[in-house]
Amino acid sequence: MSETRALLTAARRRPRRFQWRLVFPWILVTLAVAVSVLPFYWVLRTALSTNSMLASHSGSLLPAGFNLGAFARVFGLQSPAEAIAQGGSGASISFWTYLLNSAVFATATTVCAVFFSSMAAYAFARLRWKGRDKVFGLFLATVLIPPIFTALPNFLLVRNLGLLNTMLGMVLPYLFMTPFAIFFMRQFFLNMSREVEEAAMLDGAKHWRIFFQVVLPNAAAPLATLALLTFMTQWNEYFWPLLVASDDSTRVLTVGLGVFKSQAPQGAPDWSGLMAATLVSALPVLILFAIFGKRIVNSIGFTGTK
Amino acid sequence: MATTTIVLGRRGALRDGGARLRTGRSDVRIALLFVAPVLLGLIAFYIVPTVRGLYLSFTEYSILGSPEWVGADNYQRLLADPLFWNALVVTIQYVLINIVLQTAVALGLALLMHRVAHSTVIRGMLLMPYLMANVIAALLWFWMLDYNIGVVNQLIDGLGLPRVAFFGSQEWAIPTQALINTWRHMGYVALLIFAGLQAIPETVYEAANLDGANPFQQFTRITLPLLRPVLALVLILTVTGSFQVFDTVAVTTQGGPVNASRVLQFYIWQKAFAEQEFGYGSAIAVVLFLILAIVAFIQMRVLRGNESDLA
Repeated sequence: MSETRALLTAARRRPRRFQWRLVFPWILVTLAVAVSVLPFYWVLRTALSTNSMLASHSGSLLPAGFNLGAFARVFGLQSPAEAIAQGGSGASISFWTYLLNSAVFATATTVCAVFFSSMAAYAFARLRWKGRDKVFGLFLATVLIPPIFTALPNFLLVRNLGLLNTMLGMVLPYLFMTPFAIFFMRQFFLNMSREVEEAAMLDGAKHWRIFFQVVLPNAAAPLATLALLTFMTQWNEYFWPLLVASDDSTRVLTVGLGVFKSQAPQGAPDWSGLMAATLVSALPVLILFAIFGKRIVNSIGFTGTK
Repeated sequence: MATTTIVLGRRGALRDGGARLRTGRSDVRIALLFVAPVLLGLIAFYIVPTVRGLYLSFTEYSILGSPEWVGADNYQRLLADPLFWNALVVTIQYVLINIVLQTAVALGLALLMHRVAHSTVIRGMLLMPYLMANVIAALLWFWMLDYNIGVVNQLIDGLGLPRVAFFGSQEWAIPTQALINTWRHMGYVALLIFAGLQAIPETVYEAANLDGANPFQQFTRITLPLLRPVLALVLILTVTGSFQVFDTVAVTTQGGPVNASRVLQFYIWQKAFAEQEFGYGSAIAVVLFLILAIVAFIQMRVLRGNESDLA
């Protein structure tokens, strides 16, 4: 007994022997982490700087002339004159609107696509009907179609419906499903135990009741993961919103950022304003990642496909 | 009667175990209800546009008015269009640099995650760039790589080397785009490969150790061959994605300087939306589609992605 304890404390005192052969691998890991993460610090540092001082302090690790003006500029809290004096363009840029548009776009598409896709996934995994696997194969095949190819005709459709520069037009193609969501949920349903469903079925419950009252609550964890992944993808979407919603009132953040970048005032870009805007755009995803990081990291892999 | 099963196709019948369910009836009605929304989405936003896109590629259509059938004119024009060939060459250059670099770095990172750095926090930090929008990655590097006051050029200058015009010079425009996207994707691809590494049983390595195989031999003789199906999937995924590069180009170089970074998807966008030549834009999109299909097919064949040596 005491012997074991002695061994344990010894092990605790020297948890792992220092191994020379691990020095080089750890240097590589540190380097990779630095390359991945440090740029984000640089964005923050620049956003907190004063434009006119960036050039003379371009190597300083701390903000050059600490100042919150860039954030004020992004949210339209500065007067045009004030903004121009600080190196901004003076043109109004309404990030609140873009932020709201991005939130509505990402939320609406996530909620609807995840919901409809899981219904379909259940039908593909658990219901028995003729042609089931052929129809599922059709959904699989859509992955091969490059988004640009369908984007042009989809643009025409949205335009013909008179929905250009509207939120509805922007969310429409994503509202019904994403192929990924169907595969993801189908895989979960295939591996789910049948017992609870069968018990409910013996009680005479209908499929739709089983789905909503038994299956969905049991799928809360994969649904949450799927919703997270879908939301982040939608939040980052650029090409489609650029095509159908370039209007100032319907712009999402990614499109707004592109516009902000192209307004180079006085020859030079408003770097601190641009970096503040970039940070604001990244923040929601960063927050989600801070909370659900482990879930997101563990969801990546080929667990779904065999 | 209770064991009557509906033919589901091989995989379906295997996974379903349908015979064990109490009834033999088919669930067609309820299934239709469950599938209706996604089927509507599939038809309206995938199948119909695919057919329509194909049709448009044989028309002249300036967005106003209506499409006019011109046969294969667009494709003939495309063959003689130097800008199209330039876009193709530039895109292939981009894909090559991006994929070679990205896969090599990711493979290294995956091995490190597997053998040395087991922490989820480290994996998370390496994944961070991938969670950012392309636009954000582009702007972040547009600033860091700025010729005059970007921090990277400050470092280069500090080392006594000549500054690099990452976005402003023709020879650097494409490598820079490839580097930005490599930065964004390396952690993600590493995680995919890492998942594949975890599927290789430890016993294989133990046996190799007993046989006196050194780490390098273990890597080339065991890890790489057993990783092949995963690498094949990763490559098909990343190569097809890479061919469709657009966002980072659109927010930084806009195809320039001159035509140095006018990649295929940017050229399509330009033709269809900036110059309102929808028919011609669609024809280039068809070509891109074909290229992707062929590349994916070849990769599948060469890498035998659907077979595993882990019997």
